[in-house]
Amino acid sequence: MKLRVYLTFHEDTVRQPIIWKLGKEFDVVTNIRTAEVKDHMGLVGLELDGDDDVIEAAIDWLKAQGVHVDPIEQNIIEG
Amino acid sequence: MSIVRALKCRECGQEYAIEPNHVCEFCFGPLEIVYDYDQLEGVFTRELVESRPHTMWRYKELLPLDGDPTVGVQNGFTPLIRARNLEKVLGVSELYIKNDSVCHPTLSFKDRVVSVALSKAVEFGFKTVACASTGNLAGSVAANAAAAGLESYVFIPHDLEQGKVLGAGIFGTSIVGIDGAYDDVNRLCSEVAGKYGWAFVNVNVRPFYAEGSKTYGYEIMEQLGWRAPKHVVVPMASGSLCTKIDKAIKEFIRLGLVEDQETAIYGAQATGCSPISQAVKQGSDLIKPVQADTIAKSLAIGNPADGYYASRVIRDSGGWAEDVSDEEVVDAIKLLAETEGIFTETAGGVTLGVTRKLIEQGRIPRDESIVVCITGNGLKTQEAVADAIARPRVIRPSIHDFDAMMAEERPAAAADA
Repeated sequence: MKLRVYLTFHEDTVRQPIIWKLGKEFDVVTNIRTAEVKDHMGLVGLELDGDDDVIEAAIDWLKAQGVHVDPIEQNIIEG
Repeated sequence: MSIVRALKCRECGQEYAIEPNHVCEFCFGPLEIVYDYDQLEGVFTRELVESRPHTMWRYKELLPLDGDPTVGVQNGFTPLIRARNLEKVLGVSELYIKNDSVCHPTLSFKDRVVSVALSKAVEFGFKTVACASTGNLAGSVAANAAAAGLESYVFIPHDLEQGKVLGAGIFGTSIVGIDGAYDDVNRLCSEVAGKYGWAFVNVNVRPFYAEGSKTYGYEIMEQLGWRAPKHVVVPMASGSLCTKIDKAIKEFIRLGLVEDQETAIYGAQATGCSPISQAVKQGSDLIKPVQADTIAKSLAIGNPADGYYASRVIRDSGGWAEDVSDEEVVDAIKLLAETEGIFTETAGGVTLGVTRKLIEQGRIPRDESIVVCITGNGLKTQEAVADAIARPRVIRPSIHDFDAMMAEERPAAAADA
């Protein structure tokens, strides 16, 4: 499946090559569609293409690295 | 007459046909409705608007429907109150409350956005509509869908308070409680919206949904006597309302319906969930996601999709953003109730609390027109103020007991009796 997500990198992860590591660890195609990186945080719009279970594992791995993962819509639950 | 031109990416400018679509395929930017305003020159006039029924649809040419609305036909056109008692307390000369706590039919401004989303969903041919919500949106989708004969699904966190479940369930909607962390619930809803052929109001029909907020801004200007206010204070959850009030003002100026007052837009959040106000105060373009912890549940969006755009509108308009503590929220709810007889929900407490703070800081001048946006009804969040209300004194059914109580509490009144 293809999954579109926004990744938010915080101060302690923004300088690390996490998307490169993701491609090494998991059999997924990563396709960066938008990115803005500053000293204290970064925002990346990423498309992931691969088998469902591999994508799920990749998302769990990103969260474990301290990356905030949101669907492309960011917030869907409203008040 | 529809003057809708296209869906346009807010980031890269790529245009798309009018379809249920919300994200740019190229850069993942959000899509927004764009219009061909030239078609309305000399046609869309104050007189035309004033000749129509008192509903939000009196501005229908500026909403993204092809034909007349089929859902929420009676919604909108809520009171704009001159708040003279509150003016005295706050020490300002011209203050108004735009009161969507009485918006038909579910007592929040969500009825505006849902009316547009569901009317457009019907035009697109959808039979089923859905949303994910912790309160006002759930009730509004359920009620408006019921009235329109549409099937509806409402996704909620599994531990939502019974009163809020009832507020949607009474309308016969299918409620799905999800047991999981907020982020996981959010992602599931995104996947459901992509997989099932439903109109998910704040996903695939979000660009149409969001346009409904503009009617709140149009009404303010018409009710001020076709005048834009100098200052507007807006509650922020996703940040969308800020951007749409700004768009509404710019459209009316563009069409010659009001003069440009260089209206400043101010954003209000609760301190326990204030990613947009923090970004504005720190002069940052990036919105840092937070874990929400506030009694203002209807504004508790930790990673607001329109946060960047709201912060830009606030800065470009010359406004500012602030946030208030839960205690200040409760104080402001009581203040509005005791001065103007309006019982607002926690989001309204946030907005008035921030207004007061901005006036005290000197960011909003005391001698210019100010509109405070009240977007929901206090009967829905009674638990937030339950402990702040004085308990009734209980006496026996005896005039002596009553006299004694009055002598104690109101000696002057008791002496006159």
